[in-house]
Order: sequence, then structure tokens, then C-alpha cells
Amino acid sequence: MILSTTETIPGRTIKRFFGVVTGSTVRSKHIGRDFMAGLKNIFGGELKGYTELLQESREDALARMVQEAESLGANAVVNLRFATSSITQGAAELFAYGTAVQVD
Amino acid sequence: MASAIEAAINLGVPLLLLAVAYFTGRRVERQHYASIRARESELRMLPAVTFRQIPSAWAVDGLGVVSGSCVVSVDYFKRFLAGLRTFVGGRVTSYETLLDRARREAILRCKEDARRRGFQAVVNLRIETTRVTRASNNSRATAGVEVLAFGTGLELRRDPR
Repeated sequence: MILSTTETIPGRTIKRFFGVVTGSTVRSKHIGRDFMAGLKNIFGGELKGYTELLQESREDALARMVQEAESLGANAVVNLRFATSSITQGAAELFAYGTAVQVD
Repeated sequence: MASAIEAAINLGVPLLLLAVAYFTGRRVERQHYASIRARESELRMLPAVTFRQIPSAWAVDGLGVVSGSCVVSVDYFKRFLAGLRTFVGGRVTSYETLLDRARREAILRCKEDARRRGFQAVVNLRIETTRVTRASNNSRATAGVEVLAFGTGLELRRDPR
């Protein structure tokens, strides 16, 4: 599966469009990480636990999107985008979307 | 007597926190900026651009999605300053530096991801910013700010510049 944030893939032509494919996951932090974040809120600095958690979740969302694209028979996803939103306290939605295509 | 001790604690603890946060926060920020500057000059050879299309002069051998993210938190002292700032309005410098650090760090990580995977340039770089909230029920629900930088890493046949 070729993934790209550009609209085309250099050296390849798009043969078929399958439309939008999406993948999302909603995650929340566990209490320990939240406690550490509380400390960091006093001293400042990077919240490494959160960075890792969100990155892992984003990979999950991306994997779901790829799965959807594969099930449609696509071999590439172009114009890929990520979006994140805070749904409620302590939970965030990670979302990946793009256009599934078939390239030669 | 008891109320005097109570008053001292009520006033003393936040003051102590402010003092501690002032020093640790300043140190953390200074170290972070030093690291950002060093890595930025190290990665200057790997350009990240916001072009939506790949320049036709570039001979592309391969590509892939690269990303980097960072969640940073402001310290107690800076949050206090920002709180004061809301009375009069104007530039909230303490949050400006926080976002600047987060953004530059995210772009650096994105470039580092590209370098690790053997790409020589990043095109169509996008930057997303989100507020991350805490799970526990307290008045200060914002835990930090997440900045995500992502784009398409390119494997080029020759130097892009």
C-alpha cells in the first residue's frame, strides 16, 4: 500500500478512484499517565506518555484506513490527512482519511 | 493560631509552587530551545516544504508518509502569568513560546522520521494543533497541547537543491 499526502504519486497514473477511506480510534489515558501529566503541569515540559499514546493511536487509525482501502481493492491512498479532536475530558479521537485509488 | 497556620499554608503552598515552577520551567524551556536549535541546523540539509505537488525537476524513486508529534505542557508559573494577562488582554507570551517549541519539535521529529527512513525531502508538510485534556475532574482541564506535523517523504535520485 502506497500512502501519500500529495494528490498524485510521481511516476504513476491513477487508474481508478474508490472514494474516501477513513480510519478512527477514540482513546483515553490511564490514571498513572494522567498523574504524571499533573506533575508536568507544575514543572512544565513534554508529556512523553501522551506523545507516545497519541502516536500509537494514530498508527491504529491509519491501519484501519489501510484495511478499508485494501478491502476495496485499492493499492494506494492519496491526499492523506490526519485530524485530532478532544471529545471529552481525558479522551481524544484520532482520525485518518484519504482517497483510495488504484495506480499502475 | 490554627487559622494563622492555615492561612500560611494556603498562601505559602501556591507561592512555593510558583517559585519552583518558575525555575524548573525556565530551565526546561532553555534546554529545549538549545536542543531545537542544534537539531534544526543539523537537519537543514533535509528540506521540508509545504508544496502540494512535487516539483517536476525532482526525480522521485520512492515515497512514504512521515510524521512527528509532541505534547507539551506549560508550567504553573506561566499558567499563572497567562491568567493575569487575561485581565488586561494582549499577547500571552508564555503560551506563544510553548506553541513555538511544540511546533518546531514536531517538525524536527517529522524530519528525523524522514531521515531514518532514507528520505531526502518532505513535501506537503501539514501542521495540526490540538488541546489535550486531562481525565481527572479539576478546574485546570488542559493537560497540554499536541502538535502533529506530517507530510510525504521522498527518496530522490539526486540532491533536491
